[in-house]
Amino acid sequence: MKNCEYQQIDPQALPTPTPTPPPPHHHHHHHHHHGHDGDKREEPNRLRRKWEVFPGKNRFFCGGRIIVARQSGVLPLTLGLILVTSVLFFIFDCPFLVKHLTSCIPVIGGVLFIFVVITLLQTSFTDPGILPRATPDEAADIEKQIENTGSTSYRPPPRTKEVLINQQVVKLKYCFTCKMFRPPRTSHCSLCDNCVERFDHHCPWVGNCVGKRNYRFFYTFIVSLSFLTAFIFGCVTTHLALRAQGGKGLVFALQESPGRYPSLSNLVICFFSVWSILGLSGFHTYLVASNLTTNEDIKGSWSGKSGAECATNPYSHRNIFINCCSVLCGPMPPSLIDRRGFLPVDEYAQTSGTDIELPTLAAKSEINVCTQGTKGLLESATRSPLLSTPCPQGKPQSAHTCPDNSPTVNSDPSPELSTSCGARHTARSLSDTSPPRHTKTRSKKSKRAALHIPNPAFDDPASPTSPDAGPSTKGSGQKGATSASMH
Amino acid sequence: MAETHSLQDMRQQAAVAAKVFIQRDYTNGTVCQFQTKFPSDLETRIDKQQFEETVRTLNNLYAEAEKLGSQSYIEGCLACLTAYTVFLCMETHYEKVLKKIAKFVQEQNDKIYAPRGLLLTDPIERGLRVIEVTIFEDRSLTR
Repeated sequence: MKNCEYQQIDPQALPTPTPTPPPPHHHHHHHHHHGHDGDKREEPNRLRRKWEVFPGKNRFFCGGRIIVARQSGVLPLTLGLILVTSVLFFIFDCPFLVKHLTSCIPVIGGVLFIFVVITLLQTSFTDPGILPRATPDEAADIEKQIENTGSTSYRPPPRTKEVLINQQVVKLKYCFTCKMFRPPRTSHCSLCDNCVERFDHHCPWVGNCVGKRNYRFFYTFIVSLSFLTAFIFGCVTTHLALRAQGGKGLVFALQESPGRYPSLSNLVICFFSVWSILGLSGFHTYLVASNLTTNEDIKGSWSGKSGAECATNPYSHRNIFINCCSVLCGPMPPSLIDRRGFLPVDEYAQTSGTDIELPTLAAKSEINVCTQGTKGLLESATRSPLLSTPCPQGKPQSAHTCPDNSPTVNSDPSPELSTSCGARHTARSLSDTSPPRHTKTRSKKSKRAALHIPNPAFDDPASPTSPDAGPSTKGSGQKGATSASMH
Repeated sequence: MAETHSLQDMRQQAAVAAKVFIQRDYTNGTVCQFQTKFPSDLETRIDKQQFEETVRTLNNLYAEAEKLGSQSYIEGCLACLTAYTVFLCMETHYEKVLKKIAKFVQEQNDKIYAPRGLLLTDPIERGLRVIEVTIFEDRSLTR
């Protein structure tokens, strides 16, 4: 353990120059010396927060209070679409409707709109239930236990553990990245490189995983969004119908209305999104009522599809009402990753030589190494050549972690992770099935490309990220699933 | 290493002999419960009853935090109506119980475990995965 610490701070700036620094580090070293003497006095007072050294692929804002996945996906698009549709509605349809119907309409619309935006932002910015990675001691302890129960044959022992939950046998898998046995219902999202509790799916529209902590936000978001789109759709239709009544038919009404193009486009967008979002809401209502996750539903863990004889969901309370209450109104679990906590002082003391002016890339990966495990010696050896490229931002401890951090650090398959990474990569390339992903189709184009491909072969609901690679709409597929499973 | 922080000095005095990890017990589902089985490494240090009592109390506290009762439902419904913005201002029930647990662990450490050269780590610091019990070498006790 001590050795690990020593090795880990070796390439970094120490008050005294290292005896034989490897060549790639030379220019780092020079870089330190300038600002170093001045900062040396300030260093002991500069404590670092845990979010700055977080090993997953996440980005943090506002000093760690806001967390998003590194690939924010199409969150700006989602927000933009909602904003544009609502604003068009308020500008072009509301005045007419207020005059001819009632003035409640903009009020209701406004309330729904605010609800939708708030829940969307909460879904995107909340920690979905990320499990922190195992500390080196824990990982070593688990390894020891595995070796004890393992065989002496050539094959490595299978890293699964079986537990009995409510008289149902559940297999717990070992996560090679987080170095622990995953609790039940936990899954590792490879897009975010984190194990997430009660993992539902990774939603690109929201730009975050949906898990235990933000599922209720997500559900409220899609339900209120379906209300909002249905409301706007209804209002625009009423608007056009009223105009058509007064005039000489629909075409004339369209010609004379000031906002004919916005209203029409609103109508079209809403028409297509209403069906897909209603379908999605219906699907998730079914999931909530039976206390399932999208992940489990797709893999068929409890319906007997994947070969289990008589598997029933051991987490369900057998009562729809109680299931709904426990999922949506249950106590809010705390965030386990403690983003704003300070790094413990002894860890800090190891890295006390770290120059704050160092690019965050180097600092982050070094501390990564320490927390990755006692086998981090190997990792540090393989990773140090990568540290030669400084982060282009080069800003010290800015609120935004360098987005280029993660690819160089996390995609480096260290020797012991290579098997799992390799397995994951080959699995990915073999089956181009898409993960239990979400699409809220708000455009005609993607609605036409409706595919619903289940992926029972997958351990982690991962997939290469390409939002425009024919996203599989769940609209039709979900409705199929819903109708099939709701007898 | 040139500088040694004072905290590290303290830890170096009482060298860590071993660490024992109490894993989670999933027989009741995903609620937070820890196994009450007494680890063999602690046999020489502490009474079995005492330890099991600690773990059982912790389990009860976590069960209280995650309880699905009328209070949590009311809290949940109210939060839903306000688009969950109350979570930004109010402290949730779970967090209140976590504070209680932290105090309990501190208390147990001071009264029972520290005199025996052991240290309980609050499970929340380990992501509610394990209860980490650090066993310090006997050498520190004889000083």
